[in-house]
Amino acid sequence: MGEVGAGGRRGVHSVRPLQRFSGFGLLRHAFRGHRDWRAQWRAPEPRAAYDAVIVGGGGHGLGAAYYLAKEHGMRNIAVLERGWLGGGNTGRNTAIIRSNYLCEESEAIYEHALTLWEGLSRDLNYNVMFSQRGVLMLAHSVHEVGISKRHVFANRLAGIDSEWLTPAEAKAFCPPLRIDGGLRYPVLGAALQRRAGIARHDAVAWGYARAADALGVDIIQNCEVTAIRRDTRGAVTAVETTRGTIRAARIGVSAAGHTSVVMAMAGLRIPIESYPLQALVSEPVKPVFPCVVMSNTIHAYISQSDKGELVIGAGTDAYVSYSQRGALWVTTEALAAITELFPIFRRLRMLRAWGGIVDVTRDRSPILGKTPVKGLYVNCGWGTGGFKATPGAAHLLAWTIAKDEPHPINAPFSLERFRDGRMIDEAAAAGVAH
Amino acid sequence: MLLVPCPWCGPRPEVEFRYGGEAHIVRPADPEAVTDEEWGEFLYARTNPKGAHAERWYHLHGCGRFFNALRDTVSDRFTASYEIGAPRPDGAEKS
Ligand SMILES: Cc1cc2nc3c(=O)[nH]c(=O)nc-3n(C[C@H](O)[C@H](O)[C@H](O)COP(=O)(O)OP(=O)(O)OC[C@H]3O[C@@H](n4cnc5c(N)ncnc54)[C@H](O)[C@@H]3O)c2cc1C
Ligand SMILES: [Zn+2]
Repeated sequence: MGEVGAGGRRGVHSVRPLQRFSGFGLLRHAFRGHRDWRAQWRAPEPRAAYDAVIVGGGGHGLGAAYYLAKEHGMRNIAVLERGWLGGGNTGRNTAIIRSNYLCEESEAIYEHALTLWEGLSRDLNYNVMFSQRGVLMLAHSVHEVGISKRHVFANRLAGIDSEWLTPAEAKAFCPPLRIDGGLRYPVLGAALQRRAGIARHDAVAWGYARAADALGVDIIQNCEVTAIRRDTRGAVTAVETTRGTIRAARIGVSAAGHTSVVMAMAGLRIPIESYPLQALVSEPVKPVFPCVVMSNTIHAYISQSDKGELVIGAGTDAYVSYSQRGALWVTTEALAAITELFPIFRRLRMLRAWGGIVDVTRDRSPILGKTPVKGLYVNCGWGTGGFKATPGAAHLLAWTIAKDEPHPINAPFSLERFRDGRMIDEAAAAGVAH
Repeated sequence: MLLVPCPWCGPRPEVEFRYGGEAHIVRPADPEAVTDEEWGEFLYARTNPKGAHAERWYHLHGCGRFFNALRDTVSDRFTASYEIGAPRPDGAEKS
């Protein structure tokens, strides 16, 4: 990670052609000892003014800049990131991607994202290692079987691939699964989305950054937004940053866990709270785990990365915090759940554990749209499950900024739904992260 | 694990408590009289500050009482705990 794009041309705002990646190119570079790879994006000084700025250089913000440039012809734009690209939740998540949500609005927005995922590596000419290895969601009680089947049927009505597996079918799909009845919570079946899977999270940030840069977008790291300036009628005019004042009549906020802090700069108090969410990975082992498995009842989710590490997610901590680390008992519980479900992992050692700060709404659905402040747009509230939404959220945020109105897919995810009581209640539908 | 300062029992481990969210949010006295905006604000809007946060805690596996505390949300360090109904010890308006 970090500032890969060193040596940018100062103040110049030229578009330079992308150095395209290909198998042949890789071979050619190998013959030259890999000495002449170019920096993948510039490190420009911020200009005095842009047509639009995006606050937050995670996958969502970088992607929004890319789609603004590519689909809406807005090239005079910048992404402002207080740290480094993907240093927020984009680089801290367990990378589960799926679209089998229950509410119709959610199905539409997550499926929009999943469809974009399916073409993303090609679109960006950057391998985001999207692997559709399938997500298996276990049911452990008759009640959960009923609820899971309802999910499956709802998804199929919406045209989303989703199927119900018997315990034997689930075991055939995921051999480490125990279905012999020896578990405290027996596996009574599972819902499977075959098109679901995982991706390389860093690559998503880097791929979008590289492609946006090639279209002329200025990506400015180590640049924290500290204030939002507004004119006498209340419309936004500029941001103050640690690298100076930057004028812009349109500001898109995609700051995840820090959304409340940034929105407060425009005088807004929003329905978001920030909680630590932790994950951990084991020492790398040979391929043992072919898919993603999630269990709502015992609250566990697990997959194996291409490096061989088991990637395990925990639940959120109980209290609001920006500390980027959570309590030990929370990860201990996650491991207890995993080893209960998969006793074969009992002796694996954990290599790393970390936390991110997730932006949680009461209905566990995102907020993506306009705000009461003219020129200020927000994309937040993805909480524990927004990595899967990255291309979709980015695409819709770009649309909303360019047209000054929401796309039909994100229209229901407005800030006003909390005033009007039109919740999109995925909290009740899932009751679990991701 | 946090050590939560219960005003009656002293500092006790976090697992003995239930977190109760932002403190000092007052339910409108006459819900019929407020606008949808104000009601939505009461139910859902939160200050969620990066810094001093006034919050409620419930000592479930202890004295069984609710109390308020001030905690820095960056360091997670508690700076005060005080009784429900008492004003914020740091004098700030909102959390
Ligand atoms: C442990 C963990 C596991 C998760 N697992 C999954 C999963 O399996 N599947 C899934 O779909 N989702 C998962 N998520 C959620 C997912 O990571 C997020 O919803 C998603 O990555 C949010 O992307 P983003 O680009 O909006 O945010 P981020 O990547 O956090 O980007 C926001 C950026 O804004 C920057 N910023 C903040 N304030 C300012 C400022 N004032 N000025 C400038 N820049 C600022 C930050 O530095 C940050 O880089 C998980 C999250 C965590 C923490
Ligand atoms: Zn007590």
